[in-house]
Order: sequence, then C-alpha cells, then structure tokens
Amino acid sequence: MAIELTINGQAVSLDVEPDMPLLWAIRDLAGLTGTKFGCGKALCGACNVHLDGQVMRSCAIPVSAAAGRKVTTIEGLAADGNHPVQVAWRELNVAQCGYCQSGQIMSAVALLERNPNPSDDDIDAAMSGNICRCGTYTRIRQAIHKAAEDRS
Amino acid sequence: MGGWKNYHTPATVEEAIDVLHGYDGRARVIGGGTDLLVETRRGLRRPYEAMVDVSRIAGLNTISQTDDGIVIGCGVTHTEIVNDERIMRHGQCLAESCSVIGGPQVRNVGTLAGNVAHALPAGDGTIGLLALRGEVEIAGASGRRWVPAKDTFIGPGKSVIDRHREVLTRMRFEPAGNGEGSAFHRVMRPQGLCLPIISMAARLKIDGGSITAASISMGPVGPVPWFAEPAAKALVGGPPSQERFEKAVAIVLANVTLRTSKYRATEEYRSAMIRTYLPLILAAAAERAGAAR
Ligand SMILES: Cc1cc2nc3c(=O)[nH]c(=O)nc-3n(C[C@H](O)[C@H](O)[C@H](O)COP(=O)(O)OP(=O)(O)OC[C@H]3O[C@@H](n4cnc5c(N)ncnc54)[C@H](O)[C@@H]3O)c2cc1C
Ligand code: FES
Ligand code: FES
Repeated sequence: MAIELTINGQAVSLDVEPDMPLLWAIRDLAGLTGTKFGCGKALCGACNVHLDGQVMRSCAIPVSAAAGRKVTTIEGLAADGNHPVQVAWRELNVAQCGYCQSGQIMSAVALLERNPNPSDDDIDAAMSGNICRCGTYTRIRQAIHKAAEDRS
Repeated sequence: MGGWKNYHTPATVEEAIDVLHGYDGRARVIGGGTDLLVETRRGLRRPYEAMVDVSRIAGLNTISQTDDGIVIGCGVTHTEIVNDERIMRHGQCLAESCSVIGGPQVRNVGTLAGNVAHALPAGDGTIGLLALRGEVEIAGASGRRWVPAKDTFIGPGKSVIDRHREVLTRMRFEPAGNGEGSAFHRVMRPQGLCLPIISMAARLKIDGGSITAASISMGPVGPVPWFAEPAAKALVGGPPSQERFEKAVAIVLANVTLRTSKYRATEEYRSAMIRTYLPLILAAAAERAGAAR
C-alpha cells in the first residue's frame, strides 16, 4: 500500500504494509538510519522523531497514522549537521556510545522550540522520556543550557 | 505492528461508526495507540483486520467550556490537557493526573479518551476524571448517550464501551465553583513500564468551614478504578480536619482489596500509602478550595 508523507521537507511515497511502525519506514524504506531502535515499546526514546512539530515515539506510531503529516528526523534538523543543539552536543562531547543521542537531541530541540530558556527542572521534565544507558544525563543538561545561550 | 490490513482515519463520528460496523467486530477503535499498539505487537491481543483512528475527527480535538461544563474531545492528548488553563483552574486533579502519564513523548500522543476507554484499574487520567465526577459520551449506531465515567468500568480492561463498534467521543465535568478544589497524587516506582502502587484523587467543596460535597477516586484497589463513594460521604457535613480525613481513610481501607504484587508493592505498603497520602490529598484539595476565587 502506498503511503504519502513528508520526511525532512521532502514529499515521499512509501510502499508499505499499513501496520509497519513509522520507525522501520524511516530506517528501512527511506534509508534514514539516524533514528534508532531501542526497545520498540515506547519506553526508551531512542526512536524519537517530530511529527507535525511534536516529539513522538516512531516505534509506537504506525506509518499509516503519519500519512499526510510532516516527519522530521535527526537528519532533517540541519543539512550540515550544525543545528545549534548538535553543535552544543559536539562541543560538550555529550555522547558516550551515542546510541540514544539522536533521540535525546530530538527531545531537546522540541523543548527549546517551546521554551527557549529552560530551567534545570524544565529540562529534566522534557527529557524524562529518554533513557541513556551510558548515563550522559548531566552533559545533556549542560548542552541544552549551552544551546539555549548560544541561540539567544 | 499488529497484523491489521487497513487503517482508517475518519473525518466524522458518523463515518467512524459506519466503518466500524462495516467490519462487524473485526476492527478496533484506536486513539493515540500508546496502549493498543504496544499490546497488539506483544501478541496480547488477537489481530484486528482494521484500525479506526478517532484522534483526528473534526471538532473532537479541542477542549471547550460550555453550559454543559468543561468538555474534552476524544482527540485531546495528555499534553494538551496539562497545558490548558481552564482544566488547571477547574479540574486541577485531572491536569495533575495526566501530567504523570508516561513521559513527554507518550503524553504528546496518548489521549484521555484512550485512558478511560481502556478501563484499567489504575489509569491515571481516569482516576483524575473520576474524582471530578466526570461523564463520557458514547456514540454508536443507535445514537449518542452521556454516562457517568464511573459506570463504564466492568472489569480490568473491560468497559461498557464496545470498542469494536462504539466511540467514546467526549468527556465532561462540572467546572469548580466557589469554594471548590481538587488534587491528585500517585505513588510509583520511577518511570518505566510500571503500574502505579496507588493513585488517588479528590474533589472537595467547602462552604462556611464545612465540607458540603466530596468525591474520592483511586486505583488499583480492585478490578476497576474505584469511585470511593462511602468514604467521600463520610467527609460531608463537617470541617476539613485531619480527624475527618482519617475517618475517610478508615472507610476506604475497610472497603478495598489491596493486592501484593511481586514486583511492585505489598498489601501492607499500599495500605500505608493510602493512610499517608489520602489525608494529604484531601488537605491539598481543601486548601485549594479555600484559596479559590
Ligand atoms: C511508555 C508508556 C508509559 C505509560 N505510562 C502510563 C502511566 O503512567 N499512566 C497511565 O495511566 N497510562 C500510561 N500508559 C498507557 C497509555 O499511554 C495511556 O493509557 C493513554 O492514555 C492511552 O491513550 P491512547 O490514546 O494512546 O489509547 P489507545 O492505545 O489508542 O487505546 C487504548 C484502548 O482504548 C480504546 N480506545 C481509544 N480511544 C477510544 C475512543 N475514543 N473510543 C473508544 N475506545 C477507544 C482502544 O481500542 C484501546 O482498547 C503508558 C504507555 C506507555 C507506552
Ligand atoms: S525504540 Fe521507541 S521508545 Fe524505545
Ligand atoms: S550515550 Fe550510550 S546510551 Fe546514551
């Protein structure tokens, strides 16, 4: 079945089974592998993408529910990989193994779009749905503050 | 993801009901899918032939304040409820209960309607809506009817709503008037696929220093979310004092069946949490009632 949606600003038509999770449509069909599979149960946040501007779990959304909507993945934040959040992440060397980080960044970007100057509490609340096995939480918090400062 | 062949996104309630009836029990209503999809994929449910997505029906994506009260459409997400000033002001326990569901990404997708229609014994949003004496509108082939939310639960995961043929279209509750306040609290292990140890909410109306109306809800304390009528009744007719709150606690404990679960909590612990937190929730509701408008 053909499903039309917009991924990172480009209209695409994907030939998929309607019950395929958006995550696998993004990774296997659109070939964008920055979005990761962690748990497949909406628990960890590795698969976070933006759907119509809101951050969501792509592992728990069927591709058919995304029909006609706008998906943004980590690849779509900036053509050159220099979105202010990505820059802050690099400068503070946030990642350890890196597996969770694209999901972390998608949550952080959504937070800063809503709240350009978040407090520690705002950050903890917004990032509470992202698990990092390597425990990079303190650097994530610093990087979000840094991205907020750099942007203002 | 669950083996269904068709995914429908009807634009109206009538269309949704028509599509559902076309499948004669082989289609399932889906809201945000945060419960349903995880369950179907884990094989906890038999596969359906189709999903009927009711989260994008025109007119049911909003919260409004009408003569019938504060009305919440079935497409409204937990995030939208938490950010709504009218709900914060008139049904604070509902905003608080929705704010603890999952993480931000789950709240951006999951709906209150899905929480209530799922009929789990301790759905958080459900507990919040119950204390507000909320009602739900059920639409089916024979029309629409409003039912008190508390009368929709018939067992764990079992609802009077036929989720193959009917849609929970809207929910509503009476806005807080003068001297009314509400509060919610959940005791739980940190985040994860955890069910709460205990979730409780209360709404109080206070007039001239005396409680004139009260409702209490909680779960899991039995097969369905519990609207603790006998305990709430005992609060009415006297001041919002610790002594009176403890009387309500005693009635609650005499009426519930608390379970020991291997991973979560013992019966004793749950009972201690009710003794500790219910008076605090009642006190918070009373304080808000006093501070009200
Ligand atoms: C990681 C994670 C954490 C979670 N944490 C919590 C938590 O802390 N507290 C909590 O209470 N819940 C929690 N949940 C469960 C879930 O997110 C909520 O219950 C949510 O409100 C369900 O809404 P939904 O729109 O996603 O429902 P869906 O999954 O779409 O549907 C749930 C059920 O209701 C039916 N249904 C949905 N909408 C309607 C309708 N309008 N009319 C008729 N039937 C309908 C469906 O057929 C299904 O049986 C969590 C889920 C996940 C994945
Ligand atoms: S893979 Fe989606 S939340 Fe873990
Ligand atoms: S950096 Fe390894 S899981 Fe987060």
